Amino acid sequence: MAQTLSSVDLRGRPRRREGLIQVLLLASGLLSILVTLGIVYELVKGAMGFFTRPLWEDTNKPLAADVAPSDTVLPVRPEGAAIPEGAIIRVDEEIMRVQRAEETALQVERGLRGTQPAAHPAGVDIFLEDRVSLWEFFTGTRWIPQAGEFGILPLVNATFIVSAIAMLVALPLGLAIAIYLSEYASPRVNNVLKPLLEILAGVPTVVYGYFALTFVTPLLRRLLGPDVVDIYNMASAGIVVGILVTPLVASMSEDALRAVPRSLREAAYALGATKLETALQVVVPAAFSGLAAAFIVAVSRAIGETMIVALAAGAGPNFTFNPFEAAETMTGHIVRISGGDLSYDSIDYNSIFAIGLVLFLITLVLNTLSQRIVARFREVYE
Amino acid sequence: MSVRPRFDPNRAARHRRARIGMVVFQLATLVGIVVLMALLYNIINNAFGLAAIEYRIYPATLGLDLETLPQTPRERLLEILETHLSPGLRRSLERTRPLTQRSNEELAALVLERVLQPKVLDTWPLVPSLLHTQDIVAEVHARFPQAEVRWVRWLNTRFLTRPQSSAPLRAGVRTAILGSLWLVVITAATALPLGVAAAIYLEEYARKDRWYNRLIQVNINNLAGVPSIIYGILGLAIFVRALEPLTSGAVFGAVAEGVTANGRTVLSGGLTLGLLVLPIVIINAQEALRAVPNSLREAAYALGATKWQVVWHHVLPEALPGIMTGTILALSRALGETAPLVVVGASTFITFDPVHPFSKFTALPIQIYQWTARPQPVFRNLAAAASLTLLLLLFLSNGIAVYIRHRARQRRLV
Repeated sequence: MAQTLSSVDLRGRPRRREGLIQVLLLASGLLSILVTLGIVYELVKGAMGFFTRPLWEDTNKPLAADVAPSDTVLPVRPEGAAIPEGAIIRVDEEIMRVQRAEETALQVERGLRGTQPAAHPAGVDIFLEDRVSLWEFFTGTRWIPQAGEFGILPLVNATFIVSAIAMLVALPLGLAIAIYLSEYASPRVNNVLKPLLEILAGVPTVVYGYFALTFVTPLLRRLLGPDVVDIYNMASAGIVVGILVTPLVASMSEDALRAVPRSLREAAYALGATKLETALQVVVPAAFSGLAAAFIVAVSRAIGETMIVALAAGAGPNFTFNPFEAAETMTGHIVRISGGDLSYDSIDYNSIFAIGLVLFLITLVLNTLSQRIVARFREVYE
Repeated sequence: MSVRPRFDPNRAARHRRARIGMVVFQLATLVGIVVLMALLYNIINNAFGLAAIEYRIYPATLGLDLETLPQTPRERLLEILETHLSPGLRRSLERTRPLTQRSNEELAALVLERVLQPKVLDTWPLVPSLLHTQDIVAEVHARFPQAEVRWVRWLNTRFLTRPQSSAPLRAGVRTAILGSLWLVVITAATALPLGVAAAIYLEEYARKDRWYNRLIQVNINNLAGVPSIIYGILGLAIFVRALEPLTSGAVFGAVAEGVTANGRTVLSGGLTLGLLVLPIVIINAQEALRAVPNSLREAAYALGATKWQVVWHHVLPEALPGIMTGTILALSRALGETAPLVVVGASTFITFDPVHPFSKFTALPIQIYQWTARPQPVFRNLAAAASLTLLLLLFLSNGIAVYIRHRARQRRLV
């Protein structure tokens, strides 16, 4: 207290600690970028592993005679699949390239990719190298890893059917709840309903999965007959996914509806419109972009939802459009095959990255689209 | 723009339509509530009820009461074990630890497990059990003449304190609850400091007109929308595989050879969930910081405080309740997450508790998933009991969050 003003040093000092703290805070912010890069890097790396991994297909074309390490012509039996020139083949552990292929003889370059030319006895099968092509991956309608068939369509198809059913439930229900909350309900009713919606939104997805399997599926089977509805089916999973995303649709839509200025409603009332006419013909169109954003985010959530489909939609890819049949979605497949003891050096391990990448890209596009729409819609009323 | 005239002069019809519309909206809201009720009903209905149980030796024939089994006189328990265990089994039990040295609880468990050997034949949910008790008893007598009909509370204290077991009547969720708590602690320890730091940077330091700050913000919003299973794949690739020496504890020499979980540890799971909730923690913390009035910052600056002093001494304490509420809600999300843990490699069947970050682990949601996926109906009852446990835990943690928010609001009003 005895200090006089002149004894206080008011000169600026360098504050190294301030700078250091700012750098640390920035680093925490940058970590999120790192997470995104990590996701993209690992998914792409794993997917590359999936598409470059050699799958050895049995040609059923065994060696016709013993082969010595120095031979460059392999005598083969005529039966089995044809081997094209330039193809990579494997006999026992040795990898070779076919230079000329005839009916009963193959001229080969031996000991490729670090393998050593070795002697092979007659009767050993020849394996032809095959890879999962992008074309096969995106257009194949069968996903059978044991048979080397990797067409993602059955998984994508099931994902979209489940999501479509979910949106058929969530869109009308969520929108109606949102209109009720923002246009009709008194603040007191709102105070009761919003926590209830939050509870519904906070229930873990695995509990919803339990609900789908032990409540909705039996209900569907009783209503439509057990011959029509399988024990595991996409309809039950889709309905419950719809229930799961309903609170999300409702709360995002409500925000959008509340953002519509009061003056619009008052103008409608002044013209003699009823409450319903105001809500449906004035407020909903005015909030349309916000509602669209909510809808898109909900689709993205439904596509990425895992536990409900893993429990209720069934195990095993199935290319079907019948919602009452069992079919595995992308997420369901990832969970099922990684649930067991997954060997790191298997095509199954690599395949979850390829599926994961497709899933990531679909949800990324949807989320970005929704954010764009929200950004544009904010501009309108601010 | 062309304006379509849409005037309907029939007022009575328009008002009728308006009333119908309101009823429709109310009904939709009601459907939401009914679904919530159905969900809770379904779980509670399956967590309690009648069960047909068959014993190798019925408790009544030995003069035992199952409810008070551990309180049975010690001599009686020893005598039962003496007479009903095969000599070979008794010898091997004595070799592990002499029976006379075991506690009453352990003896009672042995009697139940080795002598009585209860087996659940069938179960009924709560509501039919209450409404049609007589029919069920009659049905059991017809189908399984030896079986006993008993009321079973699948969710009970033994269920909460026992480890996992393949026998439904002895199975519990202690291991899973402890695993979930470990996960939440590790998740909080990573996501809370990093998330709050990132939020402080974005709200207090970042200039919004710089491209890289906008990029960080957009990126965080996008991360919040990435499906949780993708985080599982990331965790599998990075924490379980790439950082295996670290996450398995091998670097620290913490784990004895042979019991290592190969990176599929509770640490890997917790870090994965940490990344998963990080964007949610950041977004919630940003909102809390934004709610702090600017006048507070300006007053502190006017007194000559540095930027960090303003943040640390004035902004953060004011935003803390909001940050805590947001973080607890994010951790609740972590508590209920299943898919990423399955991918990261949570164990499906372990009976020992996780004791350090490098333990194998299971978690409550994993347990629910496993039990639900099993075909035998008894496990559905266990899944219901575990679901109820999980919901109660979530209710508790959300209750704490709401309480913190409420108290902070009251303090501000004073």
